[in-house]
Amino acid sequence: MSDARARGGWLIPCSLLLAMLLMILPMPAGADALRPQWVALMTLYWCLTVPERYGVFSAFAAGLALDVISGSLFGQHALGLSVIAYAAVELHQRVRIFPLWQQALFAVMLLLVERLINLWVLGATGQPMPSLVYWAPTCLSLLLWPWLSVIMNDIGRRVGLI
Amino acid sequence: MLSVVVYPLHLAVNAPAAYVRTARERMTDEAQLRAANAALGRENLLLKARLQQFESLEAENMRLRDLLGSSFSVGERVLIAEILSVDLTPSRQQVMVNKGTSSGVFVGQPVLDANAVMGQVIRTNPFSSVVLLITDADHALPVEVNRNGVRSIAAGTGLGQGLELLFIPKNADIREGDLLVTSGMGERFPPGYPVARVTTVRQDPDNPFMTVVAEPNARLDRSREVLLVWTLNPQMQQQALTGGGTARGALP
Repeated sequence: MSDARARGGWLIPCSLLLAMLLMILPMPAGADALRPQWVALMTLYWCLTVPERYGVFSAFAAGLALDVISGSLFGQHALGLSVIAYAAVELHQRVRIFPLWQQALFAVMLLLVERLINLWVLGATGQPMPSLVYWAPTCLSLLLWPWLSVIMNDIGRRVGLI
Repeated sequence: MLSVVVYPLHLAVNAPAAYVRTARERMTDEAQLRAANAALGRENLLLKARLQQFESLEAENMRLRDLLGSSFSVGERVLIAEILSVDLTPSRQQVMVNKGTSSGVFVGQPVLDANAVMGQVIRTNPFSSVVLLITDADHALPVEVNRNGVRSIAAGTGLGQGLELLFIPKNADIREGDLLVTSGMGERFPPGYPVARVTTVRQDPDNPFMTVVAEPNARLDRSREVLLVWTLNPQMQQQALTGGGTARGALP
């Protein structure tokens, strides 16, 4: 266990860094509204896979970093991410034995929660309400989750993290 | 400051777009460059001709203001900055530019593009800064109608490309197509720069004020280069004119 702990730990920050780059990567006009919530997806994945190494506090830190990078209100993403990280860590033993599609549904549920908290912050700070397309990335994540899960599982095994 | 730490990330995201741009610039052929050069030369001639007139008008304006006994500072120093290809949060209307405190950029500095006012600097790092566009829901700037000097405040709506004029009485003389220019009342934006053009004037029965919507003249979503402006008081202006050989350039 302690040996495995030392190995492959760099994968978590690297994947989060990549997710953050994807969050601010310029996208063609029109497609940028459909940008998946990469950091939230990655947070969920790590919380479900290695909850002993990535939990609420790491999610909070990732959220703060995302706020600084994307220029949103400081703490806005941190709030949403730590809430879904808490739920994922609490339920990870149950979710882990779900089939892939059921896991995807679970992930989408939590991503919706994250979006909702974001929306609440936007409303509380007097920003205009986004249109319905605001929810589209979450629905796309339903398709994205199985891929992310399979690919990250593979990489995680290769570096000896999982 | 945390945003300094993440600056490399912003640079990394900007890099592919920058490479594509450089590659495209290298691949333009001679005919294209000649055509572009000729077009720029013509434009330069036109602008210079207009500037001659502008200078005499400015001198006349100063004389008249002297007669009135009112002081009026003219002259600005500008710095050209480039917008980084970084998508910041979609809920705010803001862009990141590649000049920061190391170039003398400060918070609250007005930002223009070739056509009109774009916004103001809200956050500075050593090598980059974040500009809040005038269409953001948190932004408002004092404007006046160029035609008759009616003053108002243009607030951003946050959605799409619109500004709303606040607290316009029902009998105010504002028409569709009116040009709005900065009034300089907030002492943040220099006076006289174009901001927006009025597109809709409407009387809503439930609203005690007139509903006036304007569209910004600046190409907020298409400009790649922006101008950061320092408003100079008269004695500093002399310095800027004599020390014009610096990299920043001095424009009267």
